[in-house]
Amino acid sequence: MSTPTIAAAVSPPAADPGAPALVAPRRRGLPYKVISWTVPVLLLVAWELLARAGVIAPNVLPAPSSVGTTAWRLTETGELPTHLWESLKRAAIGLAIGGSLGLVLGTLTGFSRLGEAIVDRNIQIVRAIPFLAILPLVMVWFGVGESGRYFLVALGTLFPIYLNTVLGIRQVDPKLLEMGRVVGLPKLRLVRTVILPGALPSVLLGVRLALTNAWLALVIAETVGAPAGIGFMATNAREFLQTDVIVLVIVLYALIGLTTDLFARFLERRLLAWHPNYHGGSQ
Amino acid sequence: MTTAVEAPAVRARSVTRRYGDRTVLHELDLEIRRGEFVALIGKSGCGKTTLLRTLAGLDALDGGDLTVPPSSTVVFQEHRLLPWWKVWRNVAINLPRGTARARARSALEEVGLGDHAEAWPVTLSGGEAQRVALARALVREPELLLLDEPFAALDALTRIRMHGLVRNLIARHRPAVLLVTHDVDEAILLADRVLTMREGRIAADHRVSAAARTRGDAAFVTLRAELLAELGVVEQ
Ligand SMILES: Nc1ncnc2c1ncn2[C@@H]1O[C@H](COP(=O)(O)OP(=O)(O)OP(=O)(O)O)[C@@H](O)[C@H]1O
Ligand SMILES: [Mg+2]
Repeated sequence: MSTPTIAAAVSPPAADPGAPALVAPRRRGLPYKVISWTVPVLLLVAWELLARAGVIAPNVLPAPSSVGTTAWRLTETGELPTHLWESLKRAAIGLAIGGSLGLVLGTLTGFSRLGEAIVDRNIQIVRAIPFLAILPLVMVWFGVGESGRYFLVALGTLFPIYLNTVLGIRQVDPKLLEMGRVVGLPKLRLVRTVILPGALPSVLLGVRLALTNAWLALVIAETVGAPAGIGFMATNAREFLQTDVIVLVIVLYALIGLTTDLFARFLERRLLAWHPNYHGGSQ
Repeated sequence: MTTAVEAPAVRARSVTRRYGDRTVLHELDLEIRRGEFVALIGKSGCGKTTLLRTLAGLDALDGGDLTVPPSSTVVFQEHRLLPWWKVWRNVAINLPRGTARARARSALEEVGLGDHAEAWPVTLSGGEAQRVALARALVREPELLLLDEPFAALDALTRIRMHGLVRNLIARHRPAVLLVTHDVDEAILLADRVLTMREGRIAADHRVSAAARTRGDAAFVTLRAELLAELGVVEQ
């Protein structure tokens, strides 16, 4: 007979909160990569062949190779780098403004009832407005200057970061907070060592969503009356029916999106090295 | 050890604690001497955790007087390690800066985890994590150590090993200990005194003789049967 326990029979041991969550193992093997890239590459080849054969008219959809040539030409003239730099700058500044506002407001709401009472309702109301609906107003307010574009990007990035910061702070394990009290952590240290790291996975998810929104906002902002930037390049090209430039810009947006996502994942892997869902928690 | 006039580490007089209109601790009296190891058993929901939380200062009193030493720590049923800190930092949490790291390391050595100092908590087994939690408590040199079913989630073999470890560590550091457990054998094998709790009070108080600490000894069997009877468990 094993040791008689009074309640073990009725209360099974609680699930270990620190146990790694169940995640499907990442498939990083060669076959998976090869297979996943096969179809896009085949499509690209087909597109090239069809365009060269004249099945697709060049002014409808130029061949990938001609888009490549255009990219090279515009890079050589310095046009592409200038516009690209302009767009990146807008995204970065807008994101910095919107992101830090979202973080600060989210922290306020997450921490204090008063903060929540003051901040949350307003944010929820503004968030309910469809993004595009305020575009005319933004143009009236800011005219054709840069600040309107910063404003749009900031607006697009504020909400995801705000919401995920609040959520992250709320989800911090109260048992860990209690442990902090048991070892006598002062309030501010408790915030720094328990609450903010606990909220970090959620905040970083917010950053990722914000990056997506930032590019979306930028596309909108640049296609209406910007004097430079890759969105301007596309609008300009439309006037002259330069389909290759338009396609190039679309491809650029996609590449930028991919790059920022990679960057966000890199951040997650660095900052969440301890987290079982991000990097197995092992060195 | 000085004489009997020495003040006890814990003194609770008529301690009362309510949740809404339900009285969980009902004018409870309790004394624990310095360096004494007391085990507390009782039916699920009888208020053991509530008592422990009150002693730890995590919950307020609704009545009565309570004296506890200034330094007390808790080891909970779950390890409660910060997953974003390496093991040694979890042990060193809120220790004075200069010596924190060295102290954490030697505490980890003591629980047999010296080579896990740089590991992430998620990579530890349940028993290892619980040992780190123990190291985190002991490194503070508490005068009162509160243990709330710290071994309940461990398998039987690991638990037996933990018993040996805890006994040695406590013999070395000599804090007053209150161990809440569901395991009657564990209570007898580890403690100097075993208390049973019922209806928000301490119902009985058994001193454990040296002989009773040997499983299979007559004294052990008798005490075990007595305790089980008090808890309303009848063994065939
Ligand atoms: N935060 C709370 N709010 C309301 N009631 C509570 C709270 N915590 C505990 N209780 C009640 O107080 C009673 C005692 O709870 P406690 O956790 O002290 O029991 P326990 O003896 O530790 O039980 P177990 O052996 O199952 O851990 C229970 O009836 C429980 O429902
Ligand atoms: Mg309990």
